[in-house]
Amino acid sequence: MQRDAAAIVGIGETDFAKELLPSETSLAMEAILLALEDAGIDASEVDGLASYSMETTDEVEVARNIGAGEITFFSQVGYGGGAGPACVGQLAMAIAAGQCRVGVVWRARKRGSGKRIWSDTAVEFSTPAAWTRPWGLIRPVDEIALLARRYMHEYGATRDHFANVALAFRKMANRNPKATFFDKPLSREQYHQARWISDPLCLYDNCLESDGALACVLVSSERARDCRAAPVYIHSFAQGISRQAHTMTNYWGEDPLMGPSWACAKQLYRGSEIGPGEIDVAQIYDAFSPLVPLSLEGYGFCERGEGAAFTEGGGLELGGRLPTNTSGGGLSEAYVHGFNLINEGVRQLRGDSCNSVAGAETCLVTGGEGVPTSALILRK
Amino acid sequence: MTRDAPLMPPIDETNGFFWEGTRQGELRVQRCSESGRLIFPPRVRSPWGGTGETEWVVVSGRGTLWSFVLPHPPLIPQFSDLAPYNVILVALDEDPAVRMVGNLVSEAGAAINSVDPETIAIGAGVQVVFEAVSEEVHMPRWVLT
Repeated sequence: MQRDAAAIVGIGETDFAKELLPSETSLAMEAILLALEDAGIDASEVDGLASYSMETTDEVEVARNIGAGEITFFSQVGYGGGAGPACVGQLAMAIAAGQCRVGVVWRARKRGSGKRIWSDTAVEFSTPAAWTRPWGLIRPVDEIALLARRYMHEYGATRDHFANVALAFRKMANRNPKATFFDKPLSREQYHQARWISDPLCLYDNCLESDGALACVLVSSERARDCRAAPVYIHSFAQGISRQAHTMTNYWGEDPLMGPSWACAKQLYRGSEIGPGEIDVAQIYDAFSPLVPLSLEGYGFCERGEGAAFTEGGGLELGGRLPTNTSGGGLSEAYVHGFNLINEGVRQLRGDSCNSVAGAETCLVTGGEGVPTSALILRK
Repeated sequence: MTRDAPLMPPIDETNGFFWEGTRQGELRVQRCSESGRLIFPPRVRSPWGGTGETEWVVVSGRGTLWSFVLPHPPLIPQFSDLAPYNVILVALDEDPAVRMVGNLVSEAGAAINSVDPETIAIGAGVQVVFEAVSEEVHMPRWVLT
């Protein structure tokens, strides 16, 4: 897409918790209205909407509740955690193409107090499920653990590398009062003593189960200059599905350890003046800790097989090679299908993150590795 | 399909031959009629031949353990009593890019938690066996060779 044609000018979010009482729709409204207020834009000006296909509050509900104007662009993106950056990117393209002027993206979810999707045994079987669930490969964590074990075997990665990810993000959360684990430090000993969820992955390799909602507001770069907050530009955007890919179970392609991130990254950098070496801070989708080294490889921060070593020596921490998930991410702030990574990317480039990376001018935000995915390069 | 085979998928145009095969003690894999390349999971057409036509073949049932996990609770009721059990991924000898999800068992008919997890290792040779969990459903599982 056209570089820097649209910008994020407002962000909003609810509290995050294991259980919030308001409905998903109420939470969505709270986040969207906060984002519009942050942007200094009246809801009646909203004419573009983008959301996850798993979102329960649909466009008409949002538009009627906030008092939006006539909506001239609306789109939904599938594949759960792969969708976040794509929602922003598609709206940015629509704004650049003149299909709408003021766009809102949101995600509201009660995954903390609501049901676990994988526990529903009555759902229709998609292709991968028909070839995995009958043998007891039930949960997303089981599906990723199968790749994680192979990754460890091929590249000499260890559980200590996954611990590096969990501990780095926990330290970020410990400085973020909004984070679920703000007041709960995590030690390496605690990590290694934690119960298994799907060996080789333990409790702390898994994201939180959270209730919460987030939203952001996009306008053209031209209009962004007149908004209340400093604009954060959508420099580059891409989506990606690798050849012969499946959702979560990429076991049936030629190379299961090269997931959709690789396809997405190629397009992302093709449209970018900013390469991996110029990215100051990253927000990498972390439903499970092994997704981080896999994504680091896919998005070109290191060679294949080196993602685990990249986490050594505080590589993901403040002052490290690539400060990552600076609000605590899905592992330690909240898990709202990765939308908190988008808002944190904006805060970093505004300079008001709880873990501000000094002088940060560029930020990568990724959707989930292992599913049809998407990514953004944001810049000041 | 049956209460005894947890989470069995509905049989449709793409997978009927597979489950028909397991009832006869055969491991069947879809194949591209044109290129001869194996296709898994099966689908409505081959991506590798111009015509898209497919057939199925019986494979040896030998393979290599590509990866494995040991699920622990919380799980669904059908599996929680068995935890920790193993789930393995097997790369078939005929084409290692064909990888099937299964379970390693100590012998045909044994439970999916019958193998000491300490003895499971990537790279081990495995052979398919079949467990009749009902008249209709014979589950392919795997033993070490």
